Amino acid sequence: MPKAPDFLVHETTDIVGVVVVETVAKGKPLTGWLMATDSDIKIKSKDAIPLGHKIALKNIKKGDTIVKYGHDIGKAIADIPKGGHVHVHNVKTKRW
Amino acid sequence: MAKKAKKAVKAASKSKSPIVPKLVEDAPLYIPAPNHLAVRAKGKPTFTGYRRENGRVGVRNHVVILPLDDLSNAACEAVANNVKGCLALPHPYGRLQFGEDLELHFRTLIGSGANPNVAAVIVIGIETQWTQRVVDGIAKTGKPVAGYAIEQNGDHKVIWAASRQAKEFLHWASELQREVCPIEDLWVSVKCGESDTTSGLASNPTVGNFIDKMDAWGATTCFGETSEITGAEMVCSTRGKTKAAGEKFMKTWQAYMDEVIEPFKTSDLSDSQPTKGNIEGGLTTIEEKAFGNLEKIGKKAKYVDVLGPAEEPSKGAGLYFMDTSSAAAECVTLQAAAGFVVHLFPTGQGNVIGNPIEPVIKLTANPRTVRTMREHVDFDCSGILRREMNFDEAGDGLIDITMRTCNGRLTAAEALGHREFVLTKLYRSA
Repeated sequence: MPKAPDFLVHETTDIVGVVVVETVAKGKPLTGWLMATDSDIKIKSKDAIPLGHKIALKNIKKGDTIVKYGHDIGKAIADIPKGGHVHVHNVKTKRW
Repeated sequence: MAKKAKKAVKAASKSKSPIVPKLVEDAPLYIPAPNHLAVRAKGKPTFTGYRRENGRVGVRNHVVILPLDDLSNAACEAVANNVKGCLALPHPYGRLQFGEDLELHFRTLIGSGANPNVAAVIVIGIETQWTQRVVDGIAKTGKPVAGYAIEQNGDHKVIWAASRQAKEFLHWASELQREVCPIEDLWVSVKCGESDTTSGLASNPTVGNFIDKMDAWGATTCFGETSEITGAEMVCSTRGKTKAAGEKFMKTWQAYMDEVIEPFKTSDLSDSQPTKGNIEGGLTTIEEKAFGNLEKIGKKAKYVDVLGPAEEPSKGAGLYFMDTSSAAAECVTLQAAAGFVVHLFPTGQGNVIGNPIEPVIKLTANPRTVRTMREHVDFDCSGILRREMNFDEAGDGLIDITMRTCNGRLTAAEALGHREFVLTKLYRSA
């Protein structure tokens, strides 16, 4: 059985994953499970990221669309490095 | 399991105080292992159910004592107390309602009585005319139904007569036999609650995998929660089987925004969606929350039609969207009134809802909820987070527990007596 993942990614087009362990400290090498293709993603965390929160899978520029579940879930309001914590401090809805 | 049980008994006998919280933790509670392999080997499943007079199939066999209005609750509960095995459905409404709100009241009561999980019905109301309307509505299914009115009779006479009739219904219903039914005869509803990030990650997509498989097999399924789809409404509108179905969804969603949110809101939704708890848990935007919710309808299934609250599907097998509140008990009550016989309820933090006539199967992917609230959990899919199972396996495991529930296994909510029967009220009574 493959090792329990540190984060999960739903779709191949997603640019964020969701941390599923409580141990993501800054600078930690992580393994993600890309569920759509049942494959591994390796990444080094740039921040401490709590369980249930998102991690950037690539460098994201301010204004970029954040894709999760294969869908547009908002836009970056700051640059986010690969491995960075993605949340309300750097992402906002496009609604209001 | 036996060893564990012995250990628990031993621990109990050693304890000094009658209240030992540790015992609860140690009790060998039963959460069935996901048996996805059995489902995979068998392919398209069958289940056993009660085929009713109108051809629909139920998975429970209730004799219901149904009050038309709040005033008749006492008599209904007295009858259910006199005749063991009957089920009273008390509720707080039914007087001075008018217009669409009154129509919804009748549709919900008639639909609840007509549900195939119900073998026979006693209706009790304060007066004859509205009582008769509910009796006539349920009688269209062909099932036994009798009505009693309290005015000019009093509770005692009504309870006496209704109890005698209920006893006869119960004897008759208790001799009905289950038969093997194809999956095309199964109507399944879904709705999530107390969601957290594990819902969108794992338990909702597990339900989605179930829906995709059921859809291909020709079952009838239903999702709702108009408000919670806000943020994903454009994508949801593309999931209609026809352009008309997608447009009907958008119209329904827009009407909710215009007629409910706009007149009654006290602040911008930006402060309440996602909730502070959602944000704490890692959800960032309303879109993210909505797409997590929408994972419940899978990747392929497309909805055939958009139903009004408690409206019975009429366009054949397939997935349906129903315009409902996102409050758990209101939503499930409406789905049961539309004729759905078994419900899937993914939860994150641990909603404990049940329904008196439609068994509610609870699943969660949150390992802490499994640990702390396991008496409420029917299916544990937290293994997805540890890569111990994938969605396909989790979906098959959910099919397994659903078929077992249909065949008679009581859900956690049934065992714990959760019978939330909550009518949706559109506006205040006259």
